[in-house]
Parts: sequence; C-alpha cells; structure tokens
Amino acid sequence: MKTPANEATDGTLAHGVFLFLLLFTLWLLLTGSLDPAELIAGAMVALAVTLISRPHLNIFTGLRLTPGAILPFLSYLGLFLVELIRANLDMARRVLTPSLPLQPALVEVKTELQSPLGRLILANSITLTPGTLTVDVLEDRLVIHWVEVPPDLTIEDATRSITSKFERHLKGFVK
Amino acid sequence: MRLLADIVLLVGAAFTLLGALGLLRMPDVYNRIQAGTKAVTLGALSLILGIGLLYPQWWSKLLVIALLILVTNPLGSSTIARALLIAGVKPWTKTSTTAGKERES
Repeated sequence: MKTPANEATDGTLAHGVFLFLLLFTLWLLLTGSLDPAELIAGAMVALAVTLISRPHLNIFTGLRLTPGAILPFLSYLGLFLVELIRANLDMARRVLTPSLPLQPALVEVKTELQSPLGRLILANSITLTPGTLTVDVLEDRLVIHWVEVPPDLTIEDATRSITSKFERHLKGFVK
Repeated sequence: MRLLADIVLLVGAAFTLLGALGLLRMPDVYNRIQAGTKAVTLGALSLILGIGLLYPQWWSKLLVIALLILVTNPLGSSTIARALLIAGVKPWTKTSTTAGKERES
C-alpha cells in the first residue's frame, strides 16, 4: 500500500508465481500422481485460478520471498511444533489437577508485524501455545485470553513472554 | 512400524480425551475453547500421523488434511472467542475464598 508503484508490481509478479506454485503443489498432493495429463491439467487450473484471484487476493503480499526467508521459516516451524506439544502437556496438567489451577484474564499485547498475513500467523500461533488464546486483533494490539496471568503484569511483560519468541522468527519471512 | 503407529494413534486418542475432559472441567467458555482447541489440534495431528504410518500411500492427502486443520482450528477458535467477547460474555476470574485475600465482586 505504501510501496512505490514499481515495487508493488514486482511484488505482484513474485507473489503471483508463489500463489501458482502453492496451488499446483496442492493439486499434486490431492491427485497424488505424476501422470503428464494430470500435471498439465493441474498447471492449467492453477494458472487460471491464479490469474482470476490474483487481483483480489492481497493476503500473500505480506510474505518476504527471498532465499533468506527459508531459514527463519524452518526455525519458526520447529519452535511452533515444540510449543504446540508443550501447550498440550500444560493443558493436560491443568485439566488433570483436581484443584484446577487457573488464574485467567484478558491481556493485551503489542505486535510489530505490519501485514495481515503476519498477524494472522502470529494470532494462530498464540492460540496453539501454552495457556493463551487470541480473542481479537485490533491494529497492532492482540487481545489474548491467558489461563494463568502472573500478578502485576504490564503490557510489556505480556508482550515479551507471549509474542516475542514467535516474532523473532516470523519477522524473517513475513512483514 | 505397526507398533509405532498404534502408539501414535493412542497418543492422539489420549489427547482428544483430555480435550473432552477439559471441556467438562473448565469454568467458563474461554477456558473451554483453550482446552478444546489445543488438545484436539494435536490429537488430530497425531491421529493423522498414525494413519500415515499405517497407510504410507495416503501421505499426500493426509498432509493436506493436517495443514488444513493447523490453519483452520485456531482460526475458528479465535473467531468464536471474538464473537463471545463482542457479545459481552465476561471471562471467568477466580474469586478467592481463602482467608486474608480480598473477595472481588
């Protein structure tokens, strides 16, 4: 939106190619065959969908499509899986403890991510990590339901303990 | 391979069971969403992984299903929670009954 025209068109082409590859990969996974007829049909469908939806589909413009984005993406995936398993063990412990250890409250945290896609991924990650559920996204603030809020919490503390670990990796591949 | 698949399937079932238990035990709707989302997401992923170990020829479709679950599950939960908040459902807070602490209204 704030980018100059030529940069925007570059982004559009690269992101169009990305969307095409994404759709084509989806086709390959769904058909599960490498038959040439299937490949050609898939390429045509993916191209058609890309051309038709591209002008309306702005969500992918938040992606950084550079080789340097691959490593942060992989480390984010690793962190995410670890956090997902930790979240479940944490929730299992709470559910199975007879006294039900909960101290829930709504807290607000800030995000430095600018693009809708980045905020979407961050919000989803927060929902799947220990004790936190994203309730709302208001500009650069996320409203989060937290099952065990430490006493005397400031917005900076909450931001540091909830979003920062993801943002560090996310910034590498989304804006 | 068969044994590993069985273990993974069992783990998935166990997490799903814990999710159901969480739905019963949690005090309010937000906490229920939390318990439900996390447990069921990992439970479903484990089940899918287990099926993938049993039937390796299905891996591509299972991968698509897993990705779809990973993206849509938290999104759906957040959307429901947001609608609840807008509708004015207040989150439950612990009102302490132990002596020496102030009782909140």
